[in-house]
Amino acid sequence: MGRDSFEITVNIVKMFAIFLLMVQAVPILVWLERRGSAFIQNRTGPNRVGPLGLIQLLADAVKFLFKQPFMPERGVAPLYYFAPIAALIPGALALNAIPLSTPIKIEPFEMLGQMWGPYTFLFQGYDIGIGIVFILGISSLGVYSILLAGWGSSNKYSLMGAVRGAAQGISYELALSLALVGILMVYGTLSFKEIVDAQAGPLTFMAFGKEYVIGALPNWGIFYQPLGALIFFAATFAEANRLPFDLPEAEGELVAGFHTEYAGFSLLLFYIGEYGHMMVASALLATFYFGGYSIPFVSPEAVNAFWLAKVDGANTAAILTAVTHHLSLLVRVALFLWIFIHVRWTLPRFRYDQLMSLGWKTMLPWALANVVVTAIWLWLGHRT
Amino acid sequence: MNSVLPASASLIPVLILTLILLAFGTVIIVGTSLLGPKNKKNNRAQMMPYECGIPGIDTTDSKISIKFYLTAILFILFDIEIIFMYPWAIKFMDSIKDGTGGYMLGAMGLFVVLFVVGLVWEVKSKALDWN
Repeated sequence: MGRDSFEITVNIVKMFAIFLLMVQAVPILVWLERRGSAFIQNRTGPNRVGPLGLIQLLADAVKFLFKQPFMPERGVAPLYYFAPIAALIPGALALNAIPLSTPIKIEPFEMLGQMWGPYTFLFQGYDIGIGIVFILGISSLGVYSILLAGWGSSNKYSLMGAVRGAAQGISYELALSLALVGILMVYGTLSFKEIVDAQAGPLTFMAFGKEYVIGALPNWGIFYQPLGALIFFAATFAEANRLPFDLPEAEGELVAGFHTEYAGFSLLLFYIGEYGHMMVASALLATFYFGGYSIPFVSPEAVNAFWLAKVDGANTAAILTAVTHHLSLLVRVALFLWIFIHVRWTLPRFRYDQLMSLGWKTMLPWALANVVVTAIWLWLGHRT
Repeated sequence: MNSVLPASASLIPVLILTLILLAFGTVIIVGTSLLGPKNKKNNRAQMMPYECGIPGIDTTDSKISIKFYLTAILFILFDIEIIFMYPWAIKFMDSIKDGTGGYMLGAMGLFVVLFVVGLVWEVKSKALDWN
């Protein structure tokens, strides 16, 4: 096995590991959702299987495996069976494109009587230079699995839910991509890594040709784009079909929406897709507006020096540095995921006309105003 | 790596991961259909599309509001307009430093005016009303 094939193997395993990270987070999130909703509604929630009901979802997964799979009559088999598989793809592809930590630089080491390295492993599946456009493109593919499921099930509730889901997904896509224009103007790049690097240090901004530094605040995107962050976060709720925008599966009207006819593990695949979408949205929000994997006021070099002093071996220290930064990102992602869950159990659902007019008549103009104001502010600030 | 790779080579990992995901999903779907119980008799009540326990009325042939179609068309127009802003947004900061920021601002201002005119016309013509 040559050194290139070692690198390729590690990278493929890494992509699959990030996908599994997304899959294994789903039981935890479902547990958190159930316990959290019980906490908010003053109930107990699942508490029988395992401590605090933690193993409940494992039991559910085993039960899902042994459910009878069937398709309703007049369903379209290729579409019906492909839809849950298609639900996996956008979330996993997008999560792999986001940098989850600093790159790991591995110096040459000896293994199996052979020298290996040096390598640089990215803490992400793949680095595409135009990461932001790639993610926007990939996440719109989520509409396909909804539409395939709705059409393939031959159920009128599924079809209505799917059509609603597609319409709301594309409507909020506009506000979402327009909110990102502000971020692109401020940072001038489409690469996630450069955006994260630009958010290091204390808050520094230019106003009317003078530079101001606020030492107490980190240099996060939210301070440049507060309205953009709000619009982006609100639009991701609609993109992920979460309350208060969960019209595609409004159970009072449409039974369960596009996945009415699904049971067992294929239903679980839809859930993996939905929670994957939430994870991607949280990671993006952290990367664009909250410094990504960076630790406020501490540079990656300082973290590396800290670990070098603690452990011996530069490679171990490099891995520990990456893990530290990864935890820094995970804290933010966990916080945003909790906000997703808390909002679901706090706010009531919109009516469909309210939903569409919010997207088109409120969020789109505000996102456009954000772009215009940002452009004028930047021009006034940096004009020479 | 010494060999020159085309720009699309950075998308090879995406292709590999897509294939892995398709294989994973297929294994799950096929695997659960092997593990689960089989349908012995053709059970009419089970195979019927779900309808709250009563005989099914109305099928998927029923009509869907034209509004959805209209929304999709409007989405394509506006999405293309927004995508035009992306290259502009990336170059904006550089052009301010070059001294051509005013021109860039004016050019995009014109574009945004067209965008707003389109949006206002859409709202006025009630294309976005869902009553």
